[in-house]
Amino acid sequence: MKRSLHLFLLLVALCSTVAACGNSSSSSAASTPSSIKINIFAAASLTESFTQIAAAYHQLHPDVTITNNFNGSQLLEQQIANGAPADVFASADMANMMKASNAGLVGDAKVFVKNRLVVIIPVGNPGQIMSLKDLARKGVKIDLEADTVPAGHYSRQALMNMSQSPDFGANYGNSVLANVVSQEENVKAVVQKVQLGEVDAGFVYRTDVTAAVASKVTVLDIPDPFNVIAQYPIAVVKSSANAAAAQSFVDYVLSMAGEGILAKYHFIAVNP
Amino acid sequence: MGKKWSYRSAWSARVLVGVLAGTFFLFLGIPLAALLIREPPAMLWISIQQPEVFQALQLSIVTTFFSTLLTVLFGLPVAYVLARTRLPGRRVLEILVTMPTVLPPVVAGVALLITFGRFGLVGRYLSPLGITLPFTTAAVVMAQIFVASPFFVNTARAGLEQLDQRYEAAAYTLRASPLYTFRRVVLPLIRPALLSGAGLAWARALGELGATITFAGNFPGITETMPIAVYTAAESDLESAVALSVVLMAVSFGVLLALRVGRIRAE
Repeated sequence: MKRSLHLFLLLVALCSTVAACGNSSSSSAASTPSSIKINIFAAASLTESFTQIAAAYHQLHPDVTITNNFNGSQLLEQQIANGAPADVFASADMANMMKASNAGLVGDAKVFVKNRLVVIIPVGNPGQIMSLKDLARKGVKIDLEADTVPAGHYSRQALMNMSQSPDFGANYGNSVLANVVSQEENVKAVVQKVQLGEVDAGFVYRTDVTAAVASKVTVLDIPDPFNVIAQYPIAVVKSSANAAAAQSFVDYVLSMAGEGILAKYHFIAVNP
Repeated sequence: MGKKWSYRSAWSARVLVGVLAGTFFLFLGIPLAALLIREPPAMLWISIQQPEVFQALQLSIVTTFFSTLLTVLFGLPVAYVLARTRLPGRRVLEILVTMPTVLPPVVAGVALLITFGRFGLVGRYLSPLGITLPFTTAAVVMAQIFVASPFFVNTARAGLEQLDQRYEAAAYTLRASPLYTFRRVVLPLIRPALLSGAGLAWARALGELGATITFAGNFPGITETMPIAVYTAAESDLESAVALSVVLMAVSFGVLLALRVGRIRAE
């Protein structure tokens, strides 16, 4: 009994150590001590691209140390509202930036990048999906986000847009929605279920097809006329102690160099 | 040791216990009370009458009923084996039975998916037979059993380990069969442990979210249980999420109280 307790405690300790490591969502881009420190609060979908942008910016401005804090836009907005030491806020939707702006927390917001929805299919293509039209075939298993999640809301909008087109037919959207087997709480859960092949297709952002996922799924593009494009705004936080450095970082994100890095991660540049 | 001193020590021990226990009750109680205070009772009544809330509550009650039933059916023999036999590898089995409580529920859900999903280790042999488990109500029950059963098995095992085996020996000397002995001697004696274990497992199953949403998904009427409904509601409307949680708390409080009263009557 005592031995099993020891083992159990050891496992608990191990698990919590691993969990603690996995939880650290902030990353520092600097190795040398510098005089100016700025904290970037950015939407979770910007994790890969902003990590690289921070590194690139730091090379140009070695005196500025950047710490990224990635999380859901809604949570970031709440953190800033409750006095978290943020210098820049980059949101994945207009709604949360508006909230921060209306509360007087941030300066002028600019849309720096856009994101679009795609349909992803597991590599084995168990549902025999050749085109978007196949999604309406009876018996196909489709996964998308709940209507309360922005991506889920946009997916339903895109489906309704397609139903307006004679190419798809008026019943298209409803037939596809009738094939939905689950309504996930976030985009990553949809990616996970498609990746495991448990569903035949799922609606996600183009940027969710990261390098780690790309080999496990096939991407079906939704044509732009039907697609709902998500806009990402960025702004300097008013309480920033280093407003000049924060503004300089925002300018870098909006520059050709910044946009180039974002485009590499499949975001749509605003100033092409 | 003087008499006066021991009086004082008994008194200070009592104060210490009181302060520690009181602090702990407040720590547990205040957050729960905060949920209650936030929601006027009328709001609760309105929220429980909404068809989708009622549907989620109904699904939660039905699925946890079956998961608790199956947990007791399969868990009691497991508890017996662990408590009474000297199987080689028994210690490892003991840990195995406890593992699901350590695992983050989402990981438990992934484990179930890669086992019983249509390309899973077991699932790939089931799907040619026309059996698919993910996204079904059966998957909800499986996720609940996976996560909640350790609470029952470990409590039942502890009950069996503490039971004086001379009662059984006495029954055997009177030529009672093993099954009769178990049913008429052992079961009544470990009844309190079984009831509290089943209560714990049921409560854990009722609150189950992570494994369920990962393995069974979320679809109203089929896999959307109360905790998933709360989670979905919290995404857009915190007030209704709080109202749903209070409904969930009220139901579980009622059932656990009934179990407790039943147990006291039985004793």
